[in-house]
Amino acid sequence: MSERTLYDKVWDRHKVADLPNGQDQLFIGLHLIHEVTSPQPFSELRERGIEVPYPERTFATTDHIAPTEADKRERPLADESAEGMLTALERNTSETGIQFYGLDSEKQGITHVVAPELGLTQPGMTVVCGDSHTATHGAFGSIAFGIGTSQVRDVLASQCVAADKADVRRIEVDGRLGDGVHSKDLILQIIAELGVDGGVGYVYEYGGEAVHDLSMEERLAVCNMSIEGGARAGYINPDETTYEFLRGREFAPQGDAFEERKAYWESIASDDDAEYDDVVHLDADDLEPMVTWGTNPGQAVGIREPVPAPDDLPEGEREAARVAQEHTGVTPGEPMAGYPVDVAFLGTCTNGRASDFREAAAVLEGREVHPDVRALAVPGSGTVKSTLEAEGVADIFREAGFEWREAGCSMCLAMNDDSLEGDERCASSSNRNYVGRQGSKDGRTVLMSPAMVAAAAVEGEVTDVRELEVDA
Amino acid sequence: MSSEGPKGPRDDGAGVEEMKVRRVAGTGVPVRGDDIDTDQIIPARFLKTTTWEGMDQYAFYDARRDDDGDRNDHPFNEYKGANVLVVNDNFGCGSSREHAPRALARWGVEAIVGESFAEIFADNCKSLGIPAATTDPETVDELQSFVEEHPEAGIELDVVDETVTYDGNTVGVDIDEAMHGALVQGIWDTVALLRSNMDTIDETATNLPYVDR
Repeated sequence: MSERTLYDKVWDRHKVADLPNGQDQLFIGLHLIHEVTSPQPFSELRERGIEVPYPERTFATTDHIAPTEADKRERPLADESAEGMLTALERNTSETGIQFYGLDSEKQGITHVVAPELGLTQPGMTVVCGDSHTATHGAFGSIAFGIGTSQVRDVLASQCVAADKADVRRIEVDGRLGDGVHSKDLILQIIAELGVDGGVGYVYEYGGEAVHDLSMEERLAVCNMSIEGGARAGYINPDETTYEFLRGREFAPQGDAFEERKAYWESIASDDDAEYDDVVHLDADDLEPMVTWGTNPGQAVGIREPVPAPDDLPEGEREAARVAQEHTGVTPGEPMAGYPVDVAFLGTCTNGRASDFREAAAVLEGREVHPDVRALAVPGSGTVKSTLEAEGVADIFREAGFEWREAGCSMCLAMNDDSLEGDERCASSSNRNYVGRQGSKDGRTVLMSPAMVAAAAVEGEVTDVRELEVDA
Repeated sequence: MSSEGPKGPRDDGAGVEEMKVRRVAGTGVPVRGDDIDTDQIIPARFLKTTTWEGMDQYAFYDARRDDDGDRNDHPFNEYKGANVLVVNDNFGCGSSREHAPRALARWGVEAIVGESFAEIFADNCKSLGIPAATTDPETVDELQSFVEEHPEAGIELDVVDETVTYDGNTVGVDIDEAMHGALVQGIWDTVALLRSNMDTIDETATNLPYVDR
């Protein structure tokens, strides 16, 4: 059969039944849990006497509340509520036989960094987690989406969710990303063009030459922020880049089994004549490093473009832009370059992978963090951290004046001790610039690529990284 | 409004009949603005808990306070006792936290009418039995203005017929098919529903090349 998208094929393979409310019952191949959205579901299953039927298909780690300073990871944690959440997850996973990578594991880290690097996420799977950035895993050619806590309970109880099939929008990106332009810039551009609600009701399929050329880690950053464009899931068809990334990883099939499984992975890619509900074209050639000027990820411009005046925007966006610009204190008509920065934050499920730190280190090498900037480097996982330490990349960060931390979500949402203070302005490789997101209601976040965060850290202001000399 | 928030699967022992949500009547609370994210609805620091206790205190926590920590004129300070929340476009975007609709529900919200909802937020409302009905921007604006001018006036959402009645007017709204079914038929217990197909679940799993069973 032809004319089918990956989404159609993977959905059909995992469909268990039609439900009486009109939804489909979907089998979940990989369920990821963490300490924030899992305690209540386990309590409810315990009260109802329900056993977890597929514990081997759920994997747990701790990330949101994880302290990132080594001496604060001693148990019990000083933060009693964080300790309570961690203790609950330890109990819940040990009682049900679910694999847990806790603070004492060198594999601990952000769920969406850990699962890909262990080879847990594979093409043609359904992946869910009580976390909106589950969209990340679509980079492998899986259907991956975030769910609420009640749905986490459903998955634990049945390995299924009740779900509605979405429409598929193909986002075709021609051309090539220029020097100093990264996949983060591409996804920020996509969100700026299509809007933060443009993807509601859609799954995004990213393709075209520019997407094909991305590494696996770059693809993960693109799919990660699908949700910021309103699309609950985004995916990229698997190809040799995908297969080579998976080869040899702990949970990937080994030897002959790998080749057998690869046949399945190839079979679920969208057909050449697949029919899409919508198609959007973008050109990567003219893309610049992107930065946000407002309080949602769609309020973004190229680094050399002027921040729009609210009156120049479509009528429906003006009031929100005015409120956002009042919060961020940007000057309409001027570019973001030169906007002062108090904090530089590098990490997260968007850009906390080894290649992200290498890109930033290339900028930092031989340079120092500006004296007025506090700079935080938070690897996405223990594996990322040890890899970069072995390569000497960690030393570049330390010598430049970055704090080199343990793995966790950290200042993306400040559920641990890492937080903006007062109205600090932060150059951040994270995914959300919402008011209060980084822990202070008056704090200001400028989203950008890791290389741009490094440039901002050094200059003390938002800076076009292409103006700094970098040894490739 | 009970302090337990909306009806839902966690209300052990409730029969299907009690679980049905056919209409919500009361007064309105308008919260204007597009793209109101779940970090605004409940800041992340209040997610550090293993239960749902206390969620009522956290709805729009930061947005309801001025720089000195005093209550400002946010609608959640002004419209106490209201149960029909009226919002604009893409409400509940961002984080998947179910704490957001839980906080709204425990504050008193029993139904939401808006231009559109983020998908995970709408799913969470469905899980909790909170109807999330959509209509066009003009109708939402009229309803918000009406509530602002007449905060004590009655509003009724008829879930079955998909209408909102206020000020003698009845206007049509849309409720997603699955949500409509769940509310009207009282199909709440998705755990029981999904587990009733356990054999088919195992069969589907066995047919997947990556599942050893």
